[in-house]
Amino acid sequence: MTTAILVSILMTLVAASTPILLAALGELVAEKAGVLNLGVEGMMLCGAVAGFAVAFSSGSTTLGLLAALLAGVAAAMVFAVLALSLNANQVATGLALTIFGIGASSLIGAGFVGRTIPRLGPIFPAGLSEHPWLRAIFGHDILVYLSLALIIGVGYFLRRTRSGLILRAVGENDASAHAIGYPVIAIRYAAVAFGGALAGLGGAYFSLALTPMWAERLTAGRGWIALALVVFSAWKPGRLLVGAYLFGAVMTLELQAKAAGVNWLAPEVLAMTPYLATIAVLTMMSIGRRTGRLDAPACLGKPFSAT
Amino acid sequence: MLEWRRRREPSTLMLWLSPLIAIALTMLLGMIVFTAMGYDGCHAVESIFLTPFLEPQRWADIGVKAAPLVMIALGLAIGFRANVWNIGAEGQYIMGAIAGTGVALLTYEMTGWWILPAMVLAGILGGMAWAAIPAFLRVKLQVSEILTSLMLTYVAVQFLYYLVRGPWKDPDGFNFPQTRMFTADQTLPIMLEGSLVHLGIPAALLLAVVAWLTMEKTIAGYAVKVVGLAPAAARHGGFSAGRTTWATLLLSGALAGLAGLFEAAGPFGQLTPQFPVGYGFTAIIVAFLGRLHPLGIVFGGIVLAGTYVGGEIAQSTVRLPQAATGLFQALLLFMLLATDVLVRWRIAFKWRAA
Amino acid sequence: MTSIITRRRLTFGAAAASTLPLVGRGAQAQAPLGVGFIYVGPIGDHGWSWTHDQGRLAVEKEFGGKVKTSFLENVAEGPDAARAIRQLAQAGNQLIFTTSFGFMNPTIQVAKQFPKAKFEHATGYQRAENVATYNARFYEGRAVIGTIAGHMSKSGQAGYIASFPIPEVVMGINAFHLAAKKVNPNFKTKVIWASTWYDPAKEADAAKALIDQGADMITQHTDSAAALQAAEQRGVFAFGQASDMRAFAPKAHLSAIVDDWSGYYIKRVKEVMDGSWKSGDVWGGIKDGFVKIAPYNDAVTPAARAAADEVQKGIVAGTLHPFTGELKDQKGEVRIKAGEKASDEILSKMDWYVDGVQA
Repeated sequence: MTTAILVSILMTLVAASTPILLAALGELVAEKAGVLNLGVEGMMLCGAVAGFAVAFSSGSTTLGLLAALLAGVAAAMVFAVLALSLNANQVATGLALTIFGIGASSLIGAGFVGRTIPRLGPIFPAGLSEHPWLRAIFGHDILVYLSLALIIGVGYFLRRTRSGLILRAVGENDASAHAIGYPVIAIRYAAVAFGGALAGLGGAYFSLALTPMWAERLTAGRGWIALALVVFSAWKPGRLLVGAYLFGAVMTLELQAKAAGVNWLAPEVLAMTPYLATIAVLTMMSIGRRTGRLDAPACLGKPFSAT
Repeated sequence: MLEWRRRREPSTLMLWLSPLIAIALTMLLGMIVFTAMGYDGCHAVESIFLTPFLEPQRWADIGVKAAPLVMIALGLAIGFRANVWNIGAEGQYIMGAIAGTGVALLTYEMTGWWILPAMVLAGILGGMAWAAIPAFLRVKLQVSEILTSLMLTYVAVQFLYYLVRGPWKDPDGFNFPQTRMFTADQTLPIMLEGSLVHLGIPAALLLAVVAWLTMEKTIAGYAVKVVGLAPAAARHGGFSAGRTTWATLLLSGALAGLAGLFEAAGPFGQLTPQFPVGYGFTAIIVAFLGRLHPLGIVFGGIVLAGTYVGGEIAQSTVRLPQAATGLFQALLLFMLLATDVLVRWRIAFKWRAA
Repeated sequence: MTSIITRRRLTFGAAAASTLPLVGRGAQAQAPLGVGFIYVGPIGDHGWSWTHDQGRLAVEKEFGGKVKTSFLENVAEGPDAARAIRQLAQAGNQLIFTTSFGFMNPTIQVAKQFPKAKFEHATGYQRAENVATYNARFYEGRAVIGTIAGHMSKSGQAGYIASFPIPEVVMGINAFHLAAKKVNPNFKTKVIWASTWYDPAKEADAAKALIDQGADMITQHTDSAAALQAAEQRGVFAFGQASDMRAFAPKAHLSAIVDDWSGYYIKRVKEVMDGSWKSGDVWGGIKDGFVKIAPYNDAVTPAARAAADEVQKGIVAGTLHPFTGELKDQKGEVRIKAGEKASDEILSKMDWYVDGVQA
C-alpha cells in the first residue's frame, strides 16, 4: 500500500519535471552559447500544438514528436534571424516570440479543441512497466529517458568535447572566438535551434503525454519556470536535473499534502519559493567567488557582429 | 543586385522612418496572412490599425491603455540606454500598486485630500524598493539584473495573490479574492466624464517630456548614455557605472510603481488577482518600438494600445479571432526589430557589368 | 465558473450617462438583430467560455439571417472589459451577454451609456432597467453526480479539485458531498484547492494525488478535462465539468454536468425581437434546462442510475432540495435547521462546509 503510493508519487513527480527539464536543457545550451532566448514558452506552445495536430491527424505519436521538434526549431529560427542575423535586442525578440507562440498555437489548434489521442505510453514491456514497484524505473515514456540521456549527453558535450568547448568559448568571449576563426553566428544558430527543438519536445510532453489534448495556453507558464531553472542550475546540466526534479517534487508533494488534508502552508508562499531560491542561489554563488564573477556566460544576451 | 553595406554612422532618418516602414510591412503581411486564412484581410488590417485612430470615441480607450505602458517604458528605456536590463517592471508595477493599496486600506475610514498623494508616494516607493533588490545584487555582487528582476516578478505576483486571498480580502466580499473598493478620496479624479480617462494619462505625457529634456539637456542624461555606450570611457570621465545602475533601476522601479498605483487607484479601484495584465512586459516592447527615445515611446505606446483596441474591433466586425490579433502584434514587433537593421546598414544597388 | 472575481464600484462615471455619442444603429425593420457576447476565456478553452459560445451558435442556428452575432474572447476582467462591452454596443449590438462575474460593474457602467441596448450579465447581482442577470443552479447537477458517486465509490472517498473558495464553488462541494453522504453516511470528500481555473497539468496532478490518497471518484470545479484523463489512466471514475467530456475518458467518465445556455439565449433574443424583453434575474436549474446531466456510462449500476434519476425527478418536481436541513458545518454548528431549505440568499453567500468535507 505505502509502496504503491510512493511509487505513484514518484511517477507523478517525474512526469511533472520532464517537460521543464527538456525545455530548460535546451535553453541552457543556447545560453551557454551566449544567447538569451526568453521565448521558451512560445516555442513550447508551438511544439505542443504541432505535436498534437500531427499525432491526431496521422495517428502516430512518433510523427507528432518529430513535428513538435521541428515546430520548436522553426520558432527558434524566427528568433535567430532577428536576434543573431539582424542583431535585434534578444530580450525584446524573445518576448515577441512568446506572444507569437501563444497566438500561432491558438490559431492552429482551434480545430483540435475537444479531441484526444492515446497517451504516449511506456516503452518497456508490460511486465516491467506495470510491475508494482519496478515501474518506478521502467514505467516511463520515451521522453523521460531521452531527457535523462540528454542531460548526460549535454554535460559530456559541454565539458569533454572540442565542439562543446568552442560553444562555450562563443558564449564567454565571442570576439576572441571570432578572431580565432570560429563561426560565432553559425554556432549560435545551432545552439538556438537545439534550444527550440527541446522546447518543442517539452511542449509536446503536455499535449501528448501529460494531458493528451489541445487547449489554449496548455503549458500554462512552464516555459518561464524553465528559464528560472537555467539560472538556478548555474548553467550546469547536473544541477539542472536536480533543480527540475526538486521543482517537480515541490509541486507534487504540495498536492499530495493537500489531498491528505494538510493545509498549513499558503500555496502562494510555496509558489514563490522556486524564484526566491533561484535568487538566493545566484547570490550565494556570487558571494562564494572572490572574483565576483558568476558562471553566467559572459556574453549572455549581447549581440555580436563580425565587423 | 542588392547588397548590404554597413553605415559609418547610424542613420537619423532611418531611426525615425524604420518604425513606419515596419508598420507598413506589418499591414501588408497581415493582409496577406489573414486573407490566406480565409478572413477579410483588408478590413481586418483596417480595423486593427486605422479605425482606432480615426474614430475619436476610441481615443479615450487608447489613452487608458497607453498611459501605463508609456510610463513604464520611459523608465525602462533610460535603463536600457545605460545597459541596465530591468525586465521585471511587471513586478515593480505590482509592488507599487500593493504599497499604494496598503495605504488605502490603512486610511479606509479616513477622509482628506492627503490620502491620494500618500498613496502615490507609497506606490513610487514600493516600485523603487522592488527595483532596489536587483540594483543591490548587481552593483554589490555582480548578479545579472535580467534574471533577478524577472524572478522577482513572479514573487510579486504570488505576494499579490496571497494578499487578496488572505489578509486583504474584502471582509464584506463573500470570500471573493479581492480587496475593498477604494473610497472617493483614494481614487484618481476622472478627467473625462463617462470614460476611464484618469490623471495618469496627462501624467504620462508630462513624464515623457521631462524624460526627454533630462536625457538631452542634463549631465545625468549624458552620463547614462556614456555608461551605456562606452563603459571604459565613462570610468575615465568620472561617471560611476555603479551609481548609474542604482539610479536607472530605482528610476524605472519608481515609474513602474507609479503606473501600478495609477492603475489600481484609477481604472481598477481595488486590487484583484486580475490586476497584472503584463504591462511591465509589454512596456519593454513599447520601449523598443519607440527606439528608446522618450517621445518615440509615446508614439509606440499609442500604436500598441491602438492594436489592442483595434483587435477588438476586428473581432466584432470581421470575426478575426483574438489570437490573430496577438499574432499580428508579434508580427509588428518582429518587423520593428528587423527594420532596426536599416538604421545601421543600408541597401546598395550594384549593377552587374553587362 | 471562470473567474468570478472582480467586483467593481458601481458609481464609476455614473453621472456620465449620455455624454458619449450613441453610434449604435437603432432597430431597423429589416436589419438583423445584433447580438453580442463577451467571454472571459478563449472559446478554445473547451470550458466555461466554450459553453457560452455554444449558446451563441444555437442562437445563430435558430434565427439564421434574422440575427447577426459577434463576440469578443479573452477579455480581461477590469478596465479592458468596459472597453470591450462598449465596443460591442457601439457596433450596434442591441442585446449583449457578458458572461463572467467580473464583468458586472463594467456592464452596468456601459449600460448607462447605451440605454436602448439590452444587457445580460451572467452570475452577477447588479441589475438595471436594461441589465438583467442570469445564472445556473449548478449545485443541482452536483447533487445528481454526488448521488452516483455515493453509490459507485468502493473506498467511500471522492476527490474534488476546486479553484477558489467563492460561494459558487463552496455550494457545489457541499451539494456533491450531501448527496453522496445520503447514500453512504461515512462518505468523505477531499478537496484540493488548485488556486487556478485553468492549468491542465496541475489539474491532472491534483487528481493523481487525490487518487493516491484513496479517492476513487474524481470531480472538479476547474475548466479542463485533464482530471478525467488522469482518472482514466488510473482506472478510477470521474465526472465531466461544463460539457460532456466522454471523449476524453470513455471508461472513467460516469456522467457530466452540462451547462446549456442555448435555451435562455434563444428565449431572450426572441423577446428583444418582439419587444417583450424585461430586466430580471433568472437562476435556472435542471428544470429550466440550464443544467443537464450527460448520459450515464454503461458502468453506472442500475441502483445508482435509479437513485440519480430519482434525485433529478425530485429536483424538477420541487420535492427535493439539495440543501435541506438539518445541516451542520465542520464544527458541528447547525447552519440549516431540520426540515428547512436553504434560501437562495444563504446559497449565494455560502462560506462554510458541511460536516465530512475535508477542505
